[in-house]
Amino acid sequence: MRAARVLLRPVGFAGFGLLTVVLLVAVFGPVLWDGRATVIDTGDLLAGPSGEHWIGTDNLGRDLFFRVLVATRLSITLALAATAIGMVLGVVLGAAPMLTGRRVARFITSAVNVLVAFPGLLLVLFFAVVFGVGARGAALAVGLAGAPAFARLCHTLLSGVSERDYIAAARIAGVSKFRILVRHALPNIAEPLIVNATMAAGGVLLTFSGLSFLGLGVQAPSYDWGKLMQDGLNGIYVHPLAALGPGIAVVLAGLAFNLTGEAFAAAFGIDVIPGVARVRAVRGAAGESAGPAVAAPDPEPGTVLSVDGLRVTIPGARRPIHAVRGVTFAIRDGEAVGVVGESGSGKSVTALAVARLIEEPVRVDANHLVFAGEDLMAADDPASLRKRLGTSLVVVFQDPMTSFNPAHRVGPQLAEVGRFHQGLGRRAAFARAVDRLHAVKLREPERRARQYPFEFSGGMRQRAMIGMGLMGTPRLIIADEPTTALDVTVQRQVLALLGEVRGDTGAALLLISHDVSVVTEVCDRVLVMYAGLIVEELPARDLGTLARHPYTRALVAAVPDMETDLTRPLAVIPGTPVDPSDVPAGCAFAARCPLADDHCRAVEPPLQADAAGNRVACHKAGWPLPADSAEVTV
Amino acid sequence: MGGWTPAAVPPSAARGLRGRAGDLWSHRWLRFALRRAGRLLVSLWVLVTASFLMIHLVPGDPVRAALGPTAPAELVLARTRDLGLLDPLWRQYAGFLGNLLRGELGVSISTRLPVGETIAQRLPATAQLAVAAFLLSVLVAVPVGVVMAVITRRGKGRRTELAFTGTNVVLGAIPDFLVGVGLVYLLAVQTHLFPVAGRAGPDSYVLPVLALAIGPCAVLSRIVRVEMLAVMEADYIRTARAKRLTPWRVQLVHALPNAVTASLTLGGLLLSSLVAGTVLVENVFAWPGLGSTIVSSIVSKDYPLVQGTVLIYGVGVLLINTLVDVVLALLDPRSTIGES
Repeated sequence: MRAARVLLRPVGFAGFGLLTVVLLVAVFGPVLWDGRATVIDTGDLLAGPSGEHWIGTDNLGRDLFFRVLVATRLSITLALAATAIGMVLGVVLGAAPMLTGRRVARFITSAVNVLVAFPGLLLVLFFAVVFGVGARGAALAVGLAGAPAFARLCHTLLSGVSERDYIAAARIAGVSKFRILVRHALPNIAEPLIVNATMAAGGVLLTFSGLSFLGLGVQAPSYDWGKLMQDGLNGIYVHPLAALGPGIAVVLAGLAFNLTGEAFAAAFGIDVIPGVARVRAVRGAAGESAGPAVAAPDPEPGTVLSVDGLRVTIPGARRPIHAVRGVTFAIRDGEAVGVVGESGSGKSVTALAVARLIEEPVRVDANHLVFAGEDLMAADDPASLRKRLGTSLVVVFQDPMTSFNPAHRVGPQLAEVGRFHQGLGRRAAFARAVDRLHAVKLREPERRARQYPFEFSGGMRQRAMIGMGLMGTPRLIIADEPTTALDVTVQRQVLALLGEVRGDTGAALLLISHDVSVVTEVCDRVLVMYAGLIVEELPARDLGTLARHPYTRALVAAVPDMETDLTRPLAVIPGTPVDPSDVPAGCAFAARCPLADDHCRAVEPPLQADAAGNRVACHKAGWPLPADSAEVTV
Repeated sequence: MGGWTPAAVPPSAARGLRGRAGDLWSHRWLRFALRRAGRLLVSLWVLVTASFLMIHLVPGDPVRAALGPTAPAELVLARTRDLGLLDPLWRQYAGFLGNLLRGELGVSISTRLPVGETIAQRLPATAQLAVAAFLLSVLVAVPVGVVMAVITRRGKGRRTELAFTGTNVVLGAIPDFLVGVGLVYLLAVQTHLFPVAGRAGPDSYVLPVLALAIGPCAVLSRIVRVEMLAVMEADYIRTARAKRLTPWRVQLVHALPNAVTASLTLGGLLLSSLVAGTVLVENVFAWPGLGSTIVSSIVSKDYPLVQGTVLIYGVGVLLINTLVDVVLALLDPRSTIGES
């Protein structure tokens, strides 16, 4: 399977094809052409390229082209022999720490570490001194010099494997160390070892030709490519092909090994466009309509954010993926709006799209996207827009552990906002950063500002992240699962802090969460998303009582509270989220909905507002749920 | 909004905090310095011992091998005595270490000149080559890698990417001495732009430096690009973009340092392999450096000279490795703590 995949790639095909040719020439070359490579023609010494001798002749009139072909066998044999020596020794050294006691293991590991630090060629020269000049000495030298690198690789791979459960199980079962190594560990690292050995063989081939080129490897009358190059270099003025010909052979053979190795290495991994796969996406059918459109309300005064018909499209391998399929909502000044939904409902993508943080090739479209009177879809005057957004639109991300730049201290990361958007000097900006850290109740802000993010705990980082938003005067805080990565007590503190900040600055909040209870507690209004669409919008306090969409009611029912009967299984939403590759026609939730009928499965319900301004997209909105679907009873 | 105006921190408290932070900082760096120096010393000891043992590991009589089968027995005995090879091993080792501390590396068997003198004469030419080639490859590779990452990010510029990686793989696969031979053919034999060999004016540096730099440059730029691409997907880059910094600031200030720390480990390896690579390139260009010395002394079995040159190369590599670690620690302070 994998081999076939390797051959299907151009790189794999080229490498494997080249390698096959090289190996065939190595096997049959001397048999076929040895006569033509050794025949001495004293009438044609040191000749240039001609029809008879394609790349000329050497100082005895021997045809160089055939000498290059015949030299393939010796060059390849020596390279493979040296690689084998290096690999065997490397595996022994790399595996030894698994078998020996702790002391010996540490000694071997550190010895290998010391040796690895020296470049291969230097080790080769050292061993060449010891073993003497010549093909056998050079093969030993190159092999031994390659051993430390193999040992390091083998050790790293083994220590990765030895953490696995099956090794631990074998150890507990009393299987001997040696048996664990041979039967369980080594077979599991064979693939990467062989891939690396293939690539190493290419490198060894080059090293070996270098050694022969220096006159330390193969000695006359034997010849490999390096030796041929050495002989050719002296005459480079007269006919350069004598030196370049064997050189080209070396490069081609080296490439053959390298490309084959790389193709196999790539085949073991998975190829995705970096980043695209990270966006949790709900795939929709191609050519979907713009979604249920509500007449776009003109941004009224007092509206900080107005979104109309927001669509996010991710170009997929076969067809585009519609992560958000037409979302319309607005947030008033100072209001807290929550977005809930399962993973993959498009809520995080919506948040990022609203903040204009989605990058190519993912496409964001909207009828309009207006923040604080600023049209975010229009790209005019990016500099001043940047300045205003930088100080008034704050984004707090899900994972505080990874959202700070590890290479910079925390203070300057906050201060950046002041320096670039508020015209503060370096010192003034830093002072303000310290003050902001103080404002988010970080103890010893002065000291903390000079520390690196890795010296902060998760909760402290999330505080600092909020503090970063307070460098300016936020009008809207977009918080994408801000507490998901934190433990429960810290969650409460961060939520409380967000609340205080809003109280002090009057900022609005767009809170993305899969946690219904958090949203109910913090927000004024809730948007429920499913399969890239808003399916219901209602006041947060009514979530438990007035929800009309079956999905919303199921979400609420799935939250355990103090009255939950613990003798029964916890409520779950039956079924699984929409198959991303196949969003059905009609209502996306129909397949999981106890109320769905043929009409639901055929016609997509529009999002309709009632007199109170609540919206719901359901043909059966508010219908009583059947008694047998106990899990979704409110 | 009143609660969010800047509040002055009492100066005394600020000073106290900074002092404590400073202590912690210096403490951590002290530990790092000790640990790293210890490793350097151990490596140095291994190197010195290995080069001492080298002459003893040679099968047969090294002096006889060096002087050839026709040399009279008295001469061989005299030289063996000169080299101290008749003493017990421990005394030889002690003498070797003592001489090293005094900066004496022994006397060449063939030329009878002090090894230290030969090395001092030849080292500058090699060091110039290596440093120039390293600087050239870093100065070219980092910007090229960054620009390539920006151009080919997220599946943009497919053709550029293919051309870049293709050229890179091929260039990285050609060993430096072959690049040298090719350059000589193209730029010296065919066009007479630069001298074929030797070390004379500044133009004589061009070809050897290029030959040395092209391979590492290809490898390094590929790694810088891959690291940049990975870093550009990190959450903290999204944070930087959420701060609405200019794309340039995001890429150069926020992404590049993180990409460089990851690339630097390899850069160090490149630099030390570059030092070793001079051996081959010097032989292509008849460069009067240590590289030609070590090869000719290996061929002529001039063991004291080999010992000296191997030591110098080894020390150079170790110093480079240490330097890289220090730079790495300065750029990425986690590495100093992570180890302890």
